[in-house]
Amino acid sequence: MAPKRRTSRVTRNPELIRGVRKHSRSQMYHKRGLWAIKAKNGGKFPHHEKKAAVAEAVAEKVSKFYPADDVKKPLSNNRKHKPTKLRASITPGTVLIILTGRFKGKRVVFLKQLSSGLLLVTGPFKINGVPIRRVNQAYVIATSTKVDISEVNADKFDDKYFAKQVEKKKKKGESEFFEAEKEDKSSLPVEKKDDQKAVDAALVKAIEGVPDLKVYLGARFSLKSGMKPHELVF
Amino acid sequence: MVKGRQGERVRLYVRGTILGYKRSKSNQYPNTSLIQIEGVNSKEEVAWYQGKKMAYIYKAKVKQDGTHYRCIWGKVIRPHGNSGVVRAKFKSNLPPKSMGARVRVFMYPSNI
Repeated sequence: MAPKRRTSRVTRNPELIRGVRKHSRSQMYHKRGLWAIKAKNGGKFPHHEKKAAVAEAVAEKVSKFYPADDVKKPLSNNRKHKPTKLRASITPGTVLIILTGRFKGKRVVFLKQLSSGLLLVTGPFKINGVPIRRVNQAYVIATSTKVDISEVNADKFDDKYFAKQVEKKKKKGESEFFEAEKEDKSSLPVEKKDDQKAVDAALVKAIEGVPDLKVYLGARFSLKSGMKPHELVF
Repeated sequence: MVKGRQGERVRLYVRGTILGYKRSKSNQYPNTSLIQIEGVNSKEEVAWYQGKKMAYIYKAKVKQDGTHYRCIWGKVIRPHGNSGVVRAKFKSNLPPKSMGARVRVFMYPSNI
């Protein structure tokens, strides 16, 4: 039952002086009509039934060990971060310019925003060498060019996909020591290459449908002499 | 900067000149520097650059982290006056020899 809005309660007990009211406790009992409420309820005040007492927890075995000093419990932190708010100019299929990092200047297609707030982006790889990658919104300029992304399925990508591969630690035997180090960590597992191809297949088809878009994505952005970013329309 | 890559050089920063420190006639305050950004000529144009990161890059004799180049990072804080000059704060104050030197004003953190 939703709580009803009551009219604000007014005291019937005027203040004579600050701290001194006119009527005593027993006089107020009478004035408020609490005697009538009691009579209506058969001699006692109406009250909610107490909830059934929770069964006594099984007596825990008292531990013999106590820490020497009181250990402070860290305050609980239940804050959950929301993903970064996506700029209105960035929608799935927008061409973005990456400003920083290995692929700076590359024009790239935006796929979706991941739960960490980072943007999922792909070159496509065949066109400009940018793989499926995460990029931070602040290091990206959104252009007004859009690519049709309806055929692309980016559902399987999330932040865990990009987590670093943890190698199982092997027990170091003297003989194995040097050989184990030679395992190549740098080659990409085949599944990732296949994922790239799958995403790019649909994307490249959409790109080739638009004149010059392929060349556009292959070219890098650069500021030239006389270009003022604050006057450019992207 | 990735070594060994011949690829095309892209300039993704705007050139700027370090004019000096924030100062009055006889006192200067080295924690804030004044920067003239190329192509920016009025207070209104500076609004786009506010918050953008900038880097003062210089060379040193001793190699640090595998390179002779070193960098002091900073950012654009606010306009200075009416004509497009900008105030900037750096992680550590700019050295006085940097007056008149080049500074790179990047286009990030971007808001476009």
